[in-house]
Amino acid sequence: MNVNNVEAVRATLHDALTRDERIVILGEDVGARGNVFLITKDFLQEFGPQRIVDTPLSESAIIGVAVGMAMDGLRPIAEIQFADFIFPAFNQIVGEAAKTRYRSNGDYTCPLVIRTPYGGGVRGALSHSISIEALFYHVPGLKIVAPAFPADVRGLLNAAIADPDPILFLEHKKTYRLARTDIADEAYTIPIGQADIKRSGTDLTVVSYGYFVHLALEAAAKLSSEDISVEVIDLRSIRPMDKTTILQSLSKTHRLLIIHEDHAFGGIGAEIAAMVASEALFELDAPIRRLCGPDVPAMGYAHALEDAYMISSEQMATAMREMVQF
Amino acid sequence: MTLISDKLARFTTMLRIRMVEEMIAARYDEQEMRCPVHLSIGQEAIAAGVCAAFTRSDYLFSTHRSHAHYLAKGGDLPGLIAEIYGRNTGCVRGRGGSMHLCDLDVGILATMPIVGSTLPIATGAAFGSKLLGDQRVTVVFFGDGTTEEGVFSESLNFAALQQLPIVFICENNLYSVYSPLEVRQPARDRVALAAAHGITAALGDGDDVEAIFSLTENAVARARNGGGPSFLEFATYRWREHCGPHYDNDIGYRSEAEFLAWQQRDPLARTERELLASGELCAATLSDIKASLQDEIETAFTAAREAPFPDESTLFTDLFVPTELCVQAA
Ligand SMILES: Cc1ncc(C[n+]2csc(CCOP(=O)(O)OP(=O)(O)O)c2C)c(N)n1
Ligand SMILES: [Mg+2]
Repeated sequence: MNVNNVEAVRATLHDALTRDERIVILGEDVGARGNVFLITKDFLQEFGPQRIVDTPLSESAIIGVAVGMAMDGLRPIAEIQFADFIFPAFNQIVGEAAKTRYRSNGDYTCPLVIRTPYGGGVRGALSHSISIEALFYHVPGLKIVAPAFPADVRGLLNAAIADPDPILFLEHKKTYRLARTDIADEAYTIPIGQADIKRSGTDLTVVSYGYFVHLALEAAAKLSSEDISVEVIDLRSIRPMDKTTILQSLSKTHRLLIIHEDHAFGGIGAEIAAMVASEALFELDAPIRRLCGPDVPAMGYAHALEDAYMISSEQMATAMREMVQF
Repeated sequence: MTLISDKLARFTTMLRIRMVEEMIAARYDEQEMRCPVHLSIGQEAIAAGVCAAFTRSDYLFSTHRSHAHYLAKGGDLPGLIAEIYGRNTGCVRGRGGSMHLCDLDVGILATMPIVGSTLPIATGAAFGSKLLGDQRVTVVFFGDGTTEEGVFSESLNFAALQQLPIVFICENNLYSVYSPLEVRQPARDRVALAAAHGITAALGDGDDVEAIFSLTENAVARARNGGGPSFLEFATYRWREHCGPHYDNDIGYRSEAEFLAWQQRDPLARTERELLASGELCAATLSDIKASLQDEIETAFTAAREAPFPDESTLFTDLFVPTELCVQAA
């Protein structure tokens, strides 16, 4: 099929609903309207209100109810309309879902997928632009995936649905309709925790995920005309971290640039940098560099504020050049 | 006894809100206002009637759908329009857009689009007023959907327990985004729900600005005299799409017939008719009022469009962590 990310999510959910009767989708406006991005449009008619549930405006209940359904043997796929609205459910995710398997000594698990659109650059301002991954990154018991390309969306969503434990499935709004590609019709899976080398190179390793992978690839393509060869790793899964792919790449390039939209401080990049510093310090020919969203409380609305927050492919190219010249 | 001029003032507030939002709607597709906008067209009587019962120094909190509340409480019009245009002269200097309004001169502490967020915060502002003994009453506006969030009950409980000077205003426009009330709540009575928390509660006609005003006036008087919180729900209808300037009766979640029935009840036209019939307003005065509002609104739009955008450097202002942590990690 030839799809963009929205369609990849939609097609994958549709196949899963058809394949597995235990799957129930629940969230605000997912039924009659079919989600604000029309991802679940017409699902209600096809699968009925027992499987496509329009919920009250209650994130805590959406996730808590889904946890209970998962304990019951169902396979809930809960939607949080925008990632910015997930916080009323924080307790249920961090306090309960993530502890389920541990608390029950493995007697039962919590097979729950939480899908949510995240990320900025869409004029969403202070409360429709957030990146939430680092806030959940700290929590053992949660897996976090953030695919940015249609083929990865499909494979990782299938894997998330099949997984016995809770997974946060992050969909960057800016990638929803960014690119259209041919992907396989089968319900294939991509293992959670496996990064993907989206471009191979020898001078510098760039590690990123989400929308910024697209921009990093643009920057890397530009630099190839300057004879700079950049390897771009798309994490796809944020946690578990794919150390192997990162370390293997570094043993070739000896330089590491980490790029993400989420804040720098205490972020995903900090953990990757710490891992590399302890496991491969002597591979490095240059200091590790992070190019991240600024440490300000939220993305502003005005053009200048949003632009200053988002990192452009030109800024990425500059950082890449500087690192190679170090 | 209500003074004639007060009635006219409430009508003018409604008319002004309608005209401002119609102008936003008319110009939205020019793509210069780039933030989401949630219009209150059809719901103006509630903002106008409620806010008329409060003083300038009383506190106001609202939601994503807050232009009407901001204007009715006396919020600065040029500051609102410039904010929607993302300019440095906006009421929060272009940082927030339509859903993050603020005007401290008239007690508008915050409007917040995270549904339910404001309920405990408004409760806290009222608790502060009680502790400080500053005689202020807080009003918090929210929609029917908001009553589904856990903090709704938590806030009512706290406010009742502490007998706080706060008035909870629920605008029941029957929808939360695309989901009708009956899909989201059983046939429960939110007035009874509030009453069960020990809060004085009533249901009102959201199209009748004078009835809204007098219900609220009672609630405010009670709150100011230490009589504790009130909950008022008003039946109303949003005419336009949930978010954006257009009509959306064609996309299937609600019917054209339902929309037309509510539009018939137009709170603005109704008030205008009543005032004209009673002689409290004449055609000539009405057209003068409209002309001067039109002037004021056009001036605000022109000023907004000519105003500068905030400078990129303001990204790093108003931070309370050390600035060396605030630059992009190098
Ligand atoms: C915590 C949270 N969940 C979801 C949303 C998305 N959202 C924005 S407005 C809205 C509907 C609110 O309905 P209601 O309270 O009735 O207010 P109305 O829009 O009808 O004025 C929703 C679900 C949000 N902003 N915050
Ligand atoms: Mg509503």
